Amino acid sequence: MKQPLTFTLNGEERVLYVDTRATLLEAVRDYLGLTGTKEGCGNGNCGACTVWLDGEPAYSCLVLAVEAQGARVMTVEGLAEGGRLDPLQRALIEEGGLQCGFCTPGLLMMARSFLDRHRRPTEREIRGAIAGNLCRCTGYDKIVRAIQRAARGQTPPQAEG
Amino acid sequence: MRAFEYRAPTTLSEALKLLAEAKGEVRPLAGGTDLVPQVREGRKRPTMVLDVKRISELRRLEYDPGMGLRLGAAVSCSVIASHPQVRRYFPALAQACALVGSIQIQNRATVGGNICNASPSADTVPPLLCLDARAFIAGGRGQREVALESFFRGPGRTILARDELLVEVVVPPPPKFSAASYMRFIPRSEMDIAVAGVASLVVLDGGRQCQEARIALAAVAPQPSRAPEAEAALQGRPLDAKALEEAGELAAKMAKPITDIRGGAEYRRELVKVLTRRTLEQCLEALKRGPR
Amino acid sequence: MATSTKTRQFGPPLKRGSVAPKRAQAPPKKPAATKAPGSVARAPSAATRQQQSTPKRAQTPPKKSIAPRQQSAPKQAQTPPKKSITPRQQSAPRQAQTPPKKSTAPQQQRAPKPAQAPPQAPVQAVPPTPKAQPQRVNGRTFRVIGQRTERVDAVERVTGQAAFGADITLPGMLWAKVLRSPYAHARIKGIDTAAALRHPGVLAVVTAADLPPLASKGPVQLGELSIDVAALRELVLASKKVRFQGQPVASVAAIDPYTAAEALELIHVDYEPLPVLENALDAMKPGAPVVHDDIFIQNPGERRSPSNIAAHIEFERGDVEAGFAQADVVVEESYESAMVHQAYLEPQAAAASVDAGGRTTVWTTTQGAFTIKLQLCALLGLGQNLVRVVPLEIGGGFGGKINVLVEPLCVLLSRRTGRPVKLVLTRDEVLRATGPGSPSFITLKVGAKKDGTLTALTGRLIYDAGAFPGAPVAAGCVVGLGPYRVPNLRLDGYDVVTNKPRVQPYRAPGAPQAAFAFESSMDRIAEKLRLDPLEFRRRNAIAVGESLADGRPLPPVGLKQLLDRVARHPCWTRPLEQERGHARGRGLALGCWLGSTLSSACHLMVNADGSLTLVLGGVDLTGTRTAMAQIAAEEFGLEPGQVHVRVGDTDSVGYTDVSAGSRVTYVMGAAVQQACQDALGQLGERAAEQLGAGAGEVEFRAGVFNLRGSKKKGIPYLELARTSLRRGGPVVGRGTASGLPVAPAFAAHVVDVEVDRETGKVSILKYTAFQDVGRAVNPTQVEGQIQGGVAQGVGLALTEAYIWTRGALKNASLLDYRLPTALDLPFIATELIEAPAPDGPYGVRGVGEVPIVPAAPALANAIYRAVGVRMKALPMTPEAVFMASHPRAPVQEPAASPVAGR
Ligand SMILES: Cc1cc2nc3c(=O)[nH]c(=O)nc-3n(C[C@H](O)[C@H](O)[C@H](O)COP(=O)(O)OP(=O)(O)OC[C@H]3O[C@@H](n4cnc5c(N)ncnc54)[C@H](O)[C@@H]3O)c2cc1C
Ligand code: FES
Ligand code: FES
Repeated sequence: MKQPLTFTLNGEERVLYVDTRATLLEAVRDYLGLTGTKEGCGNGNCGACTVWLDGEPAYSCLVLAVEAQGARVMTVEGLAEGGRLDPLQRALIEEGGLQCGFCTPGLLMMARSFLDRHRRPTEREIRGAIAGNLCRCTGYDKIVRAIQRAARGQTPPQAEG
Repeated sequence: MRAFEYRAPTTLSEALKLLAEAKGEVRPLAGGTDLVPQVREGRKRPTMVLDVKRISELRRLEYDPGMGLRLGAAVSCSVIASHPQVRRYFPALAQACALVGSIQIQNRATVGGNICNASPSADTVPPLLCLDARAFIAGGRGQREVALESFFRGPGRTILARDELLVEVVVPPPPKFSAASYMRFIPRSEMDIAVAGVASLVVLDGGRQCQEARIALAAVAPQPSRAPEAEAALQGRPLDAKALEEAGELAAKMAKPITDIRGGAEYRRELVKVLTRRTLEQCLEALKRGPR
Repeated sequence: MATSTKTRQFGPPLKRGSVAPKRAQAPPKKPAATKAPGSVARAPSAATRQQQSTPKRAQTPPKKSIAPRQQSAPKQAQTPPKKSITPRQQSAPRQAQTPPKKSTAPQQQRAPKPAQAPPQAPVQAVPPTPKAQPQRVNGRTFRVIGQRTERVDAVERVTGQAAFGADITLPGMLWAKVLRSPYAHARIKGIDTAAALRHPGVLAVVTAADLPPLASKGPVQLGELSIDVAALRELVLASKKVRFQGQPVASVAAIDPYTAAEALELIHVDYEPLPVLENALDAMKPGAPVVHDDIFIQNPGERRSPSNIAAHIEFERGDVEAGFAQADVVVEESYESAMVHQAYLEPQAAAASVDAGGRTTVWTTTQGAFTIKLQLCALLGLGQNLVRVVPLEIGGGFGGKINVLVEPLCVLLSRRTGRPVKLVLTRDEVLRATGPGSPSFITLKVGAKKDGTLTALTGRLIYDAGAFPGAPVAAGCVVGLGPYRVPNLRLDGYDVVTNKPRVQPYRAPGAPQAAFAFESSMDRIAEKLRLDPLEFRRRNAIAVGESLADGRPLPPVGLKQLLDRVARHPCWTRPLEQERGHARGRGLALGCWLGSTLSSACHLMVNADGSLTLVLGGVDLTGTRTAMAQIAAEEFGLEPGQVHVRVGDTDSVGYTDVSAGSRVTYVMGAAVQQACQDALGQLGERAAEQLGAGAGEVEFRAGVFNLRGSKKKGIPYLELARTSLRRGGPVVGRGTASGLPVAPAFAAHVVDVEVDRETGKVSILKYTAFQDVGRAVNPTQVEGQIQGGVAQGVGLALTEAYIWTRGALKNASLLDYRLPTALDLPFIATELIEAPAPDGPYGVRGVGEVPIVPAAPALANAIYRAVGVRMKALPMTPEAVFMASHPRAPVQEPAASPVAGR
């Protein structure tokens, strides 16, 4: 069964006619060809599919595409503004926080959102924030260091972190 | 995976009408963190998926000092966990909401879904049981209200009729001089389902004795439930180490765990003992810091 | 020193009934078998007298299934690329542009050692980071090698542009899905696909009947290992029988994935369930049901009745009886480990397109495009000139993406429909049916004298191969013993089949299981002798030149330096801080991995602006492009950014074996070095001509070709590159490397844990991994490999396991198959020891695999010191630790703790 769907993807309005069974992840990847967002498990256990749904990180494999009617969706492709890498993307490269890179897009979406809300996080807070993003290659060491590095480059918190 | 129709009504009456008139199987959808994988793996085969997130009655989250907390069934765990009054008056509930899955899960998952999914391991349920929460249900034949504990009928089974929705959960204001705590045990540090979970609530009388204790268990019985024997054992006693230990033993005795992939029955009983004691200790510590 | 031309590849070829390397040469055997289980005969070996005196013997493998390939490149075998021109001597004063603020990176905690630059070292444009001690190898110091060069392909990966397996879309593409067996063991009596074919939107359904008959029998090479082509065929589509739950029985192509999934439900398969064998011990019992009725263990004198023991491998030296008689203490213990999965984050995915002319193109995520091609050709009877395999980016492999699974289905369905077909596995399918790591049962008996000297060791290692033979038990035997000198030895390895998914290699295949047993036993015996665990290991550490279990002499390697470094390091010397009420302990364990070498090829094009384009035959698992760019930059005196590295498809570059076995940097590095030297040699000849000199008289230094010993102005590389198209034509360097000797790797891990006695939960407080890396081409990447290996080791040690109920997998999801999350691990400190491998480029040795090896025993030893119980089964889940440390609470019902094989 197919139903119409209108939503904003990385700032652009998209209109689709989707199978109701399709997930938001499939809509973005298979219908719209933005394959930066990955599917590692398809049932909410790995984080590779993390996108922002109305500004909040969510597993796009657990969201039916039709649920996104009217929503704002942001994927990794929207992160580098005007071709300039986000400081977190830079930090991941500089620290070596990616190996195969399959977890990276989802991780970036989670960690970027976290850093926007926590200007000076502790190591434990960082680890807690990305606990829903599995990485099998790095042991997280350099990922956590990259997030710390990006945090150091942020403007200090106004009131509290 | 079978094809299905998707509907997202904005009013409760519209939703109830859809439920009442539907031919095949209708499944309410809240955060979808349980339902979407169930449907996609063919474990549930609805003909219609009814998204309840746009229904205003289910999106309510209000605290009133007289009535308590009105918690709409479609409110996400993140919103609940960060709500100032929830954190202040119902920290155990906030704790539990912040344990569900990961941040990404909490941003979608709802307490309503956690309850209606009726998993024995549902984390948000034990604190609500300790808080004497009540479930408000609407259906074709009107509305009804039940104590949350009587909402469950076994793993994955509730008292909801096919044409009914859980609308909200109402939590009365916490008793004076009380504190509550929820802890669960999981093998990893996050992203895991409870092997056992315990919520405790302690009400102290003026003389630092236990006026009332409430203890609720998760993942150690077909449904989340209170442990009345353990509660009774604490009533009217000073809460010393011995009392806590005893309460743990009694709670463990009450538990009826099974052995499954997440843990053996014997181990689960041991965990109940430990978690009961630890949650009670946490309550006492909170009370020491300053009873409400 | 192991400088033989042909390296014996690790482990015997995994042929049905394959036998010990040694047995192939052993003199006639007495029928014997006192200790052997059930019907298993132990073939006595004649190694007793021969061991150290004839180390060569074991180097000639019995079956050289890899030999043909090695011989096909005889020129390149063994010799590190000969420099046609003199390597420039530590004189790169050329001001290169400084790399982006790398040296200020906050690496201090990780690099306590200050750089100890040799006094005469030239000022280097690119300062070595503290980790990269400027090491002179063959009289050279390096500009680029040893630097923390940023990944050359990182930007694609952080922006989502890198195309992985599932990211390909082709015009008119169909989607495939696979129907899998719900039974672990059943006869297929019939398959009815008619209803599925009639389903609207379905274009084709294939079953085993659609696979062509096999043109030839025997093994297909999978790099380090091989698999019988008939078994491979059954793994792609089962024909008469299913032997594990999840084995494919049919595949559908439809217009979209939802329709394909619907069609699966319309296929009717008639099964006759058979008794299920869930673990190897049961499978070895006499009278057990058989998984295959055509497998016999091939011991002379053995009655030829079918058996689940596919191979019995034996290593023997000295006289173990006498050895134990000399021992003051003897420790005997049994261990087991669960089936675990590589759990690469990216599921298998492929697409295929067969054009009207029969040319087949396959896009896939794999560790070896050529290996996929060979398998496809063998399975489908295709000419090797008609198949092109395009490797996409790979989201982790760890050994698990070598064999074909999805590719043949895509090809069959594309051929049938005339349209491109894509197939992406779900995580459930990945866990159920792609080939995890082998579970094990190991019994060890170890004897030692009062002073700690090991006198004898016997072991029985049973590895479960799953539904088809091929468990990495030979490797387990050799590397388990790896770090130790034991004069009297007997190891019996069994490769056993059961009704589980066929195992595939998983990072140092066979080693973590063995290390868990060996390192736990070594710890016990040290404790009994009241010796410090490190000191005990130092006393018994194998020395270079001494025999490994298989008789091969240990090539030069820094085991001693490694142990010395541990002995001085605060993570070992500083006492563990105890806190009241917290049970804490520190554990140490060693790990060994020999690695493989095989063949690699590349070619290098010198562009007219002086930049380079390098095409590799091997896929980039994680950082290969960068390391190879560094090598080429080093050789040419360029910056890594001036080298573009591309991973070629099978039509565009020479045959290259899988990216696995810790061989990539070692062997591909040698090939790249050779390609560079080849190209520089060609340019050198042109320079010589222009300088009016002989080719041998020109040397390349600091970007200039100079007449040796002459003050005369030389010809800059850049000028030669610029004029290359007009003068002399394009310059293409060719590099192939094959048959390098193995360069083993050793690691030592030190871990501090805290155990919650009341729940059994283990928390890691501090982890330090020491490793001899030969030469860290890029320390950041080497550390990353180590940290990733440790994380996987921690996973299999503490939480990961397949949980079975009568052959049915109960936890086929990443929720219940528990990989460590970021919260489950601390920072993982790394200590790199650089003891150059004689044949590796710049001394490089493989680094990727060994870091997974010592983790489980290091943790087990730490847990023991924290709570006083020896854990004997992996994983050491909270429940298992709790139950083991509370013996007073009798277990009333069998705990569902996920232990091996249950
Ligand atoms: C990775 C992962 C981790 C998880 N971790 C945890 C955890 O730690 N603790 C835990 O308790 N759970 C966990 N869960 C389970 C799940 O997230 C929770 O149960 C969640 O609260 C479900 O809420 P939902 O809104 O997503 O429910 P949905 O999936 O939308 O619905 C769940 C069920 O309730 C029904 N339903 C929903 N709303 C209503 C309504 N208003 N009236 C009637 N029926 C309704 C649905 O039809 C469905 O059957 C996890 C899940 C995942 C995928
Ligand atoms: S793909 Fe969505 S969480 Fe794994
Ligand atoms: S880098 Fe490979 S999964 Fe994270």
